[in-house]
Amino acid sequence: MIEHTLHSIGFFIPEIILVLTLCVLIIADMAAKTESQVGGWILLAGLLLAGVFTVLQTGVSELVFYDMIAADPFSRFFKVLLILSGIFVVLFSMQNREFDEYRERMGEYYMLITGMMIGMFFMVSSTNLLLIYLAFEVTSISSYVLAGFTKRQRKSAEASMKYIIYGAVSSGIMLYGLSLLVGVTASTDIYTINAALAEGIGQDLILNVSVVMIIVGMGFKIAVVPFHFWAPDIYEGAPITVTAILAVGSKIAAFGLLIRFFTITFVDSSGISESGLWSVVDGVHWEILLAGMAALAMIVGNLTALRQDNIKRMLAYSSIAHAGYLLMGLVILAEQGISSILIYLFIYLFMNLGAFYVAMLFSNRFNTESIEKYKGLGFRAPLQSVGLTIFLISLTGLPPTGGFIAKLYIFGAAISGGWIWLVAVAGITTIISLFYYIRVVRNMFFFKPEGESEKVQFHYSSTVVLMLLLIPTLILGIYFEPVLEFAKHSIQMFGV
Amino acid sequence: MEFQIFGLGILTWLVFIPIVGMAIILLLPDKNRNAIRWTAVTVTGIQVILAGIIFFIFDREKLGINDADSFQFIEQFSWITVEAVPWVGRIEISYFLGLDGLSVLMVILTSLIGFIGVISSWNIDKMVKGYFALYLLLVTGMMGVFVALDFFLFFIFWEAMLLPMYFLIGLWGGPRREYAAIKFFLYTFVGGILMLLTMLALYFSVAYTDPATGQSVHTFNILHMMNPSNYVEGGLLSGVDTTWRYVAWMALFINFAIKIPLFPFHTWLPDAHVEAPTPISVILAGVLLKLGTYGLLRINFPIFPDATMYFMYFMATLGAISIIYGAFCAMAQTDFKKLIAYSSVSHMGIVVLGIAALNTQGMVGGVLQMFNHGIITAVLFLAVGVLYDRAHTRGLNDFGGVANQMPKYTGIAMIGMFAALGLPGLNGFVSELFSFLGAFESYRWITMIAVTGIIITAAYILWTIQRVFLGEKSERVKNLTDLTPREYLAFLPLIILIILLGIYPAPAIELMNSSLSHLVEVVLNGGQ
Repeated sequence: MIEHTLHSIGFFIPEIILVLTLCVLIIADMAAKTESQVGGWILLAGLLLAGVFTVLQTGVSELVFYDMIAADPFSRFFKVLLILSGIFVVLFSMQNREFDEYRERMGEYYMLITGMMIGMFFMVSSTNLLLIYLAFEVTSISSYVLAGFTKRQRKSAEASMKYIIYGAVSSGIMLYGLSLLVGVTASTDIYTINAALAEGIGQDLILNVSVVMIIVGMGFKIAVVPFHFWAPDIYEGAPITVTAILAVGSKIAAFGLLIRFFTITFVDSSGISESGLWSVVDGVHWEILLAGMAALAMIVGNLTALRQDNIKRMLAYSSIAHAGYLLMGLVILAEQGISSILIYLFIYLFMNLGAFYVAMLFSNRFNTESIEKYKGLGFRAPLQSVGLTIFLISLTGLPPTGGFIAKLYIFGAAISGGWIWLVAVAGITTIISLFYYIRVVRNMFFFKPEGESEKVQFHYSSTVVLMLLLIPTLILGIYFEPVLEFAKHSIQMFGV
Repeated sequence: MEFQIFGLGILTWLVFIPIVGMAIILLLPDKNRNAIRWTAVTVTGIQVILAGIIFFIFDREKLGINDADSFQFIEQFSWITVEAVPWVGRIEISYFLGLDGLSVLMVILTSLIGFIGVISSWNIDKMVKGYFALYLLLVTGMMGVFVALDFFLFFIFWEAMLLPMYFLIGLWGGPRREYAAIKFFLYTFVGGILMLLTMLALYFSVAYTDPATGQSVHTFNILHMMNPSNYVEGGLLSGVDTTWRYVAWMALFINFAIKIPLFPFHTWLPDAHVEAPTPISVILAGVLLKLGTYGLLRINFPIFPDATMYFMYFMATLGAISIIYGAFCAMAQTDFKKLIAYSSVSHMGIVVLGIAALNTQGMVGGVLQMFNHGIITAVLFLAVGVLYDRAHTRGLNDFGGVANQMPKYTGIAMIGMFAALGLPGLNGFVSELFSFLGAFESYRWITMIAVTGIIITAAYILWTIQRVFLGEKSERVKNLTDLTPREYLAFLPLIILIILLGIYPAPAIELMNSSLSHLVEVVLNGGQ
């Protein structure tokens, strides 16, 4: 028993590093001067170190800690993405002026981010319902607090409150769904559940109810229609760095969980059919349900985004739409679909964080989040505006940016899987999305600045961070083979 | 044929040298406007020289179209290869450029118009750096589309033109530029999505067997897509005359028809033309519209020969409607630029009618008309630009008696106008004649109706000449000065070509004759 645990710990180093980082943060927060950014640097170091050890796990694929946690290429891919988004969010946080009033509490902020990171790490690697739920809650609770971090802002406090209520209800529903699943299959391990389902248990009604309930919980986390109502308010109210981690990190983690849970639990593991498509276990047709949700998310997200003036709110709706595009990859029920989701997420990370970052810079400098107030900024902050233009173009899916490759692969997977109607919806909504993305660009460049019109200087560190996001977004549009390979090697989930 | 400069093929230079120019321009200081302009001139000048070299060493006998070996100046590198993706097989995207008789004339046109566009952009004073950077990016996109033989690459270049064009119209355009820019963007983007989806469907339906390894390889290679034996069993677009093939053809056709622009997809054009600055109008009418008909010939015709045959009457009808409708609309305009915009719709209709004839005559006429129309409208837009720069109006009724005030200008503009009208001895006549002759063989009635468009064209052009150039000198015209040397320089090569190709069109026809005959065969034989 001891041997097994010791053996398991070997696969657990990144998580341990994050936990240690949390401890160091607590001590540092007590010791350090209040105004310093030391917490940010510690977390950055911790994330980098965890990242190194995550990468070192290349090639490993096994279940550890009594089959509770999978250390496989799939979870590693997501951990790399999570670390990247964590690093960027910390970099953003150190520059965010929204936190000026709260400098003495920044230690707490970084602790909560670390907590969230730990939760998300578990979300993408758990293979046991119990642990899945725990990871889910660790992530959620940290993010509830983070959303209300700037508590003297009314909107932030309101966002936190709404988030807790929505979150508690939906995770409660999910827990109920999970318990039903445990009830009919008598196991909490998803492999055992899958085996039991494959034999057929003849409880289709209960199973379907349980699947719907689980989708409620996970749909809440990835903010997909009809469980998206929280997203715009929370995205708008929360500090922008928190919004960024919710829109990117949390979404990535939730997708990791969603993919693993559904493809292991509800796919007939007896083999791939002739056409290469998986078949689902008898009686549960979750892929139709997800396809419907994907279509709705694309339609509702894109249409609602048209009318937004607050850039964070606009990006919130756009991220709902992107959740729809991403879900398309899962409903195809093929490795191809999964790998296109991974490619999409990888590119989405850079382009969406980039958009949030420029929005943050503008909000720092010009004190506005209103798209109407962006008029003429193209002449006052040329580099940042060009950057934002590229990120938005990439989110639209135009070449030669990464976003095009993401869309290309996900559309391609859906076409090859035969989901023509879904692709048609995706194509039409992509055209709609052009309107609201290009509106920002238009406001920045097609109008003369109102009031002041001289150029604004930004700190060089902000340019560095901008480039770190901008260059991958552009390069991935032209040379994306490494990402394809990475994604291809990462779809090997343990047991699939 | 091997022709390399510093280890890179001539086509790569042709396509990417504007990007190099763009990088240089971005590094130059804002204030040094002349250096920026001269960089642009140099870069596009090099393109003209390269295009000239291509013209002289291009082998007129080689067929191209669907035969990879008879393309010229080929450059092919593996760009993205992903080995053995489960169930899909190997995935391949290649950097594949090449020229055949269909594209060579377009490449020459693009480099020429690109160069002339820079010369006529000399008096742009607003944000010079941004203007030329975007301009050169646009040139790269256009050139790339004409030489790409990989669908993926084709698509990238195609979409890469969108954003520069959006900004060039939106930032440097006229009063309603914002509306025109977004309208252009939206129309083209809708087409782009349709093309993307078709491209993906094609991609999953086509797989060739790699002779070296025996693997089945999915590819974006356009030439492989033309070969019926490469279609996988059960693929969405496999088979002949299936509904999905018709749908795919239609999706591509709409995309290209938007660019051409063919009735009823033409409404973005007058807006874009009126609002765009003169050089951008020149590029738009001179090259961008040709991308549409080029796309039909490069992609729709050889990849979907069955659907092309099925829809040929439909295409010819739309072409004929465009000819007549465009001409009538042109007659009703009081804005000089709008008039030329609608005349473009009409003249591009002739191209479509010609190529829809599916015989060598019509095809040669159509492609030659693409080239000729590019040159003629460039002259006309430049002519409008000259007037607008001086008088700040484009109203046809605001002028009168320009011929007395600006005789040299009038002479040049008249040559352009008469070429557009189809006067024998000028280049427009040759290509229109061929197009209609070819079309007449295939569709008697449609062609007979369409030819009446020529009369309407004559009417609106003569009427325009009368209103603007003839008659008493109006008050507004009295202070106008004649052409400057720089303007001469912009007009000169175009005028020479108009006259030269009017008298002796053989050099242009020789370039494309064998390729286009082969294309006709390919379509009629169902892709063989």
